[in-house]
Amino acid sequence: MTSMRYTREHEWIRVDGEIGTVGITDYAQEQLGDVVFVELPEVGRQVVKGDEVAVVESVKAASEVYAPVSGDVTETNEKLAEEPATVNSAPTAEGWFFKMRITASAELDDLMDTATYKDYVDSLD
Amino acid sequence: MTEAAATQALKRTPLYDLHRKLGAKLVPFAGYEMPLQYDGILAEHRHCRNQAVLFDVSHMGMALLRGDDVAGALETLVVGDIRSLGAGRLRYTLMTNESGGIVDDLMVINGGYYVVLVVNAARKDHDFALIRERIGDRIDIDVWSDRALLALQGPAAASVLARFVPASRHMLFMTMEALKVGDIRCGITRSGYTGEDGFEIAVAGEHAAELADMILGEPEVMPAGLGARDTLRLEAGLCLYGQDLDETTTPVEAGLGWTIGRRRREEGGFPGDEIILRQMAEGPKRKRVGIVLQGKVPARAGATITDRWGKDLGRITSGGFGPTVEAPIAMGYVNPDHANENALVSAVVRGQSLPGRVVSLPFVPHRYAT
Repeated sequence: MTSMRYTREHEWIRVDGEIGTVGITDYAQEQLGDVVFVELPEVGRQVVKGDEVAVVESVKAASEVYAPVSGDVTETNEKLAEEPATVNSAPTAEGWFFKMRITASAELDDLMDTATYKDYVDSLD
Repeated sequence: MTEAAATQALKRTPLYDLHRKLGAKLVPFAGYEMPLQYDGILAEHRHCRNQAVLFDVSHMGMALLRGDDVAGALETLVVGDIRSLGAGRLRYTLMTNESGGIVDDLMVINGGYYVVLVVNAARKDHDFALIRERIGDRIDIDVWSDRALLALQGPAAASVLARFVPASRHMLFMTMEALKVGDIRCGITRSGYTGEDGFEIAVAGEHAAELADMILGEPEVMPAGLGARDTLRLEAGLCLYGQDLDETTTPVEAGLGWTIGRRRREEGGFPGDEIILRQMAEGPKRKRVGIVLQGKVPARAGATITDRWGKDLGRITSGGFGPTVEAPIAMGYVNPDHANENALVSAVVRGQSLPGRVVSLPFVPHRYAT
């Protein structure tokens, strides 16, 4: 069973067992504009919730992506090197950033579910 | 101040409602609520290089100067040769301070019995106050606060505008004419800040939306925001005041010595003339250069520029991804010994040294009307 969780900084994590897939939300890509480069973490890196793990460079500016929960990076989306604009066109699908083995699953409880995140985004406009 | 209060204090241009209607993403810029983008910076940038785009640049400062010797009075403030500027012509020039630093970069348009200045939005209050203080006894200044300025830019600009104003097709680069677009009286210059052919059109604020609608109704034209304006001017190697130019940067350092006409070099008579002319003779301590980086990571303003061995050479003042160049590009200031073409330099981004090289500006060749 998978479930989506969201941070206030507009990362999403799709949880499937102990593996989480992380990316940025549609709201985030919309705010960033055209993405031209994504700097991804090294596979094997241990991250703590809130660590800066990736950087998205858009035509406008650079923005950091933070680890939504603690864990180990197991895989990165190599396709983003060739097609960074995938982050704009499919932010919650093919535009994922990295996968991680979640080591502190209790931290997921602090994140928003889909309905709560939608309300949060609506409150920002 | 809360965000809402800050937004309320922002000024709006006569095209504000149109921006909203077109779905622009609006951002604060120089005290105005301005469109950053409509469809997206990349799409707007490419459309300007391939077809034509329309920018709202009404936030820029415009003022009309009258007097017996406006050119002579202006020459006490700017480095350019204004006396030789013929009626119907315009010239890019710089206001300087006593230290030789650049106070603003601006366009001077000779309308015949008047002169129009177009200055940077963030500097307009400063510039017009300075003009009143220094030469207010020699000229009358009328600041245009109710006027809009539109920039139609791109290789299709001339054919688009000619549908409404046939005479515009024959305008030369850096000339101005008072013409009617339909029934709307406009001051049109063949100029711009994208490196492409195009026009800037001054119009009364009340007619601005009608004019913009007419031009945007043409199939070649899409609206473009400040985001694309920035990537286009960077590729064209053009300076942005506050980033590439400021009060501590001289025209010589900025590579803008060409704006100082021959007579002005001989006579001086502008603020900081001794310092600037000495730098022209002896060479500056730093020079503005263009840099292309390897790889895909852009280096932004503020990044350190080093030589291959990590020695600090200067700072990047404008940088980003060049959509037409399809590479990270930047402008910055370096020691003159690293300012030659193909000098190997690096930019430091997030602790990493990104290799690149100095290139001659512009990054994308200018395609002005000839």
